[in-house]
Amino acid sequence: MTAVAAEPLTTGGGFYARRHFPGQDLVIAVAMGIIGFVVGSAVIGATISGGLAYTATSDQSDVDFVLGCLFGVGAFLAGLGFFGYPLRRMLGHRVEHHEVDTGGVERYFRLCTDHKVVGIQYLVGVLFFFFVAGLNAMFMRTQLLFPTETVVSANQYVSLVSLHGTMMMQMMSAVIIGPLGNYLVPIMLGAKRMAFPRLEALSFWLVPAASFILLSSLALGGFPTGWTGYASLADQAKIGMDCYLLSFALIAIALAIVGFNMIATILTMRAPGLSWGRLPIFVWATFATGFLMLLAAPVLVVTMTLVLLDRTAGTSFFLTSGGGTPYLYENLFWVFGHPEVYILALPGFGVVLEIICVFARKPLWGYPLAVAAMLGVSLLSFFVWQHHLFVSGINANLRPFFMLTTEMISIPTGFIFLNAIGTLWRGKIRYTVPMLFSLALFFNFFIGGVSGVFNSDAPSDVTTHGSFFVVGHFHYTIMGGLVFAFFAGIYYWFPKFTGVMLNETLGKIQFWLFFVAFNSTFFPFLIVGFLGQPRRVSAYDPQLQGLNDWITASAYCIGISMLVFIANLVYSLVFRREVAEENPWQSKSIEWMLPSPVPRENFETTPRIVAGPYGYGVKDAPPVAILGPVIPAVVGK
Amino acid sequence: MKKVVGVAVGLAVAVALVVFYIVDWVLVSPPIATASSTGTQTANLVLQTVAAYGSAPNPDWVSYFEQDAQGQWEHTTFFTLPAHSVINVTIYQYDGASGFRNPLWAQVRGTGDGTMGLNGKTMNAINFADAAHSFTIPDLGVSVPLQGVPATGSNPCPAGPCDTSFDHNTIKFSFTTGAPGEYRWQCFVPCAAGTFQGWGGPMQTLGYMDGEIYVR
Amino acid sequence: MIGLWNRAGPLIRRLIVIWLVVSAITSPILYFLLGPHLPPFGMSDVSGFQAFDNAVMVSIVDPVIVFLVVFFGYALVNFRHHRGSAALEDGPPLRGDGRTIALWITVTGLMVGFLAGWGSYELWPGEHGAGGGQAPNPITLAVPASASTALQVQVIGEQWAWTFRFPAYGGVETTDLELPVNQTIEFHVTSIDVIHSFWAYELGVKADAVPGTENIAFVEPLQTGGFSIRCAELCGLWHGHMSTTGHVVSNSAFQTWITGQEAQWAPATKQLDPYSPVYHEQPEYRAG
Repeated sequence: MTAVAAEPLTTGGGFYARRHFPGQDLVIAVAMGIIGFVVGSAVIGATISGGLAYTATSDQSDVDFVLGCLFGVGAFLAGLGFFGYPLRRMLGHRVEHHEVDTGGVERYFRLCTDHKVVGIQYLVGVLFFFFVAGLNAMFMRTQLLFPTETVVSANQYVSLVSLHGTMMMQMMSAVIIGPLGNYLVPIMLGAKRMAFPRLEALSFWLVPAASFILLSSLALGGFPTGWTGYASLADQAKIGMDCYLLSFALIAIALAIVGFNMIATILTMRAPGLSWGRLPIFVWATFATGFLMLLAAPVLVVTMTLVLLDRTAGTSFFLTSGGGTPYLYENLFWVFGHPEVYILALPGFGVVLEIICVFARKPLWGYPLAVAAMLGVSLLSFFVWQHHLFVSGINANLRPFFMLTTEMISIPTGFIFLNAIGTLWRGKIRYTVPMLFSLALFFNFFIGGVSGVFNSDAPSDVTTHGSFFVVGHFHYTIMGGLVFAFFAGIYYWFPKFTGVMLNETLGKIQFWLFFVAFNSTFFPFLIVGFLGQPRRVSAYDPQLQGLNDWITASAYCIGISMLVFIANLVYSLVFRREVAEENPWQSKSIEWMLPSPVPRENFETTPRIVAGPYGYGVKDAPPVAILGPVIPAVVGK
Repeated sequence: MKKVVGVAVGLAVAVALVVFYIVDWVLVSPPIATASSTGTQTANLVLQTVAAYGSAPNPDWVSYFEQDAQGQWEHTTFFTLPAHSVINVTIYQYDGASGFRNPLWAQVRGTGDGTMGLNGKTMNAINFADAAHSFTIPDLGVSVPLQGVPATGSNPCPAGPCDTSFDHNTIKFSFTTGAPGEYRWQCFVPCAAGTFQGWGGPMQTLGYMDGEIYVR
Repeated sequence: MIGLWNRAGPLIRRLIVIWLVVSAITSPILYFLLGPHLPPFGMSDVSGFQAFDNAVMVSIVDPVIVFLVVFFGYALVNFRHHRGSAALEDGPPLRGDGRTIALWITVTGLMVGFLAGWGSYELWPGEHGAGGGQAPNPITLAVPASASTALQVQVIGEQWAWTFRFPAYGGVETTDLELPVNQTIEFHVTSIDVIHSFWAYELGVKADAVPGTENIAFVEPLQTGGFSIRCAELCGLWHGHMSTTGHVVSNSAFQTWITGQEAQWAPATKQLDPYSPVYHEQPEYRAG
């Protein structure tokens, strides 16, 4: 009927016309990945490194390992079938969509271009990362019960810190935009797919490759640099360091892909009638985040590549002995690193503003302000990176400028708080689990913001820089903000994803346990940091043992609250299976007009958007979209 | 449904394997040896430093060894010492010289009168470029440089543990342990061949050039 | 402003009055009661500035905290959907108010402007650059007038120990640090391998030690006593142990100490390179 509906629907994907056993694609891909690794390291890598005088003096086989990983990842992706389609197109073959989509669970284990499948794949991947990195945190906290290395040795502790930080940052970059963004943005746009479904699938399948490489670092001796990977410590480190560099580069590629896919989708795939002023705020958040990802992530790819070159090819971008400087690394890393923290934060804001409107039964107060906040934060976040380097001696005269830009970011961030207060004001608030998580974000993020004021102020930063205060600050913003928004989003949209409600009672238990334990863990972080405990230390001043023990006890409670969440998942999904109504929260958003779970093609025909979102409190407000094929003559008021 | 259960079980197994992998790795630590006591308030500690550990997983790394009470050489850098005692240390040094990055460490300190015996000769410092390793406990203020064997020697020890038939220097000194506690010790010579700054690999790994001393 | 005040309902007016009153009470309380106990406690001139700075910021953010507590708290308690009423009610469709937004932007903008201006002022000369590292070449900021008479101390970061070199005393290098009281100290922080960060907590000094770079921090200790020295940048295996205790002592005690150090370290000092402001991480590869 319409142009969009006539397009072939690429819910299939993959290379293989016939599948002989379940999981065939993945088995082939893993096998090809292993072969690729062997070829890359033992054949090509060994040939190259055998001819280098440089590597002859080194007992590290970095060249072999890095080439092996690169070939392995390429072969893994080829095995999944990522190159079949473009190659056939390039060779002039007609590409047939002979894919028979069985619609079963098997779709999740292969290249699948259905954005809903990618969303769920991301969800599982993100949870896996989150729990493994959380397990690391438990070990770290166990060690910090004692002021000297008692439980975990110093080697292991430093690697745990590094792995925890790296995994968390990698997964947090996609924690909202991966599962929720991929699943919901096309639906909210009234589209059937993303603009580039194959790239969307690629952005996910880079994640397991990256996580496998990263986790293998432990078997190779770990890496000692923390998530920041500062050269020249990174040059010293053992082969585990290459795992960090490769996996972070792969994740950054995935982020860049997600970014421009989101931008392209939002620019071009909006349903008729969906003007910019009618976009749900979550879509605006992913739009702003898309620009951050597109512009910031490539810098990280470059940075990681340069360190890899320093380590393997004997260049010296970051070594003063060869004319380079570690400052270059610090600058490049934070040029990525600071937009990165807003890559994390912005989608979280989008999620909670969506949810607050639903459960306060009010339209979003100050919609243009929220949009301005998202775009303002995006823009400013590129001009603040040197606040990580206030005491580095890099250029003292720049400190006032970066102090100003950093503190200016609190203005657009403050908009979000005004949006929330305005939306709650005179609302009819229902305290459901998603709403509790959303409201907690404002509490936590506020403490994160206030502690950020101390970090951003150069004189005060002299005390707080590199201390536990900073760790407390970014856990308040990232964990207290983003993870709470993530859980809010999961509890809210889980019925839409699966057709099953998550249990409300277990949800409330999890929330309160998590919320209290979270604050009881991370507020003392601010105190011990202020009292002089540097971050990433396996041994500390024995006078601070009491506070550290308190933190550890609270951290265990966070761990328990996560177990409650897993229990809730299993209980709700396997045992109870309370079937969700189509619209259990009485939301007025377009995704809740669809059945749960969302059918494969989302919409039978392209919907027509006839109103802005959040039509709460408006008498006789029309539904936000008309889904059926019939277009009524008169719409709305 | 069968498929879903299969997937769930598969995921659970995968997660369990990952957890085991991490737990197993976290708890790795070199063994802890005990210095042999020689009466009240004194103990002997016998160490050797070799150019190559000689065994998997890192046969070509420089390393310390510790001699246990039976005279066997054990590959560890973790040991227990009695508190408030005089520790008589003997180190057999089989490695060639790399030289200190910071010549400060070429001076002996923390050994009572600030001297050590090098092959029977009393010295308070060596030439910093001749150092192969150092035995340094920063928190106790103890630091002793270990003279490297000449590169022109006739009988270098290929891999540890070595016996005294190979070229070596014997370094003897004593220091006094203080209150009970846990003290890290390390080598300050960039001796990790082939790594950046000579400070990778064994210099960053417990059991080779870094260790802990438990004073009890 | 007055128009906005008149337009706001009595409820909002009452909440604003509550906010202003509570802030006006709590802010000075925090400043005067909590302020003197804030780190880094004022053992030196810069740590005094930093403690003062922290006290000022605590009393500035206090009204913001109170504002959010008052308004969020009121909204969350009073605008609930009542469980008794089964029917789903909607709130009024308020979509924003331009003048409230303008006021919000103005107020937050003023606060940010003040904070940034205040922080920049503290970096001005005479305040010793607030204790942070500021080398290699501070052009306009933070070179105190007393710099010409300052005692120069080179801080060398190394995996994993701090050592200190005194160019004015025969270039002696020590593993302990003692400083004379009431004397401007000029720390020249550098590293011979990887990035470290020299953190003298009670002195209010933190300066990254970067190979190939001379990072300068000024401080004038005002009280005698011990201060802890730590590494604040992850530098490898023993990062957590890269700590020691320094001492601020009287000038005569310092002279005694440094003379003793010169004698004690004579064998090592002979072998040291001539004083150099920076180190490079050479040689790149060393054999064993």
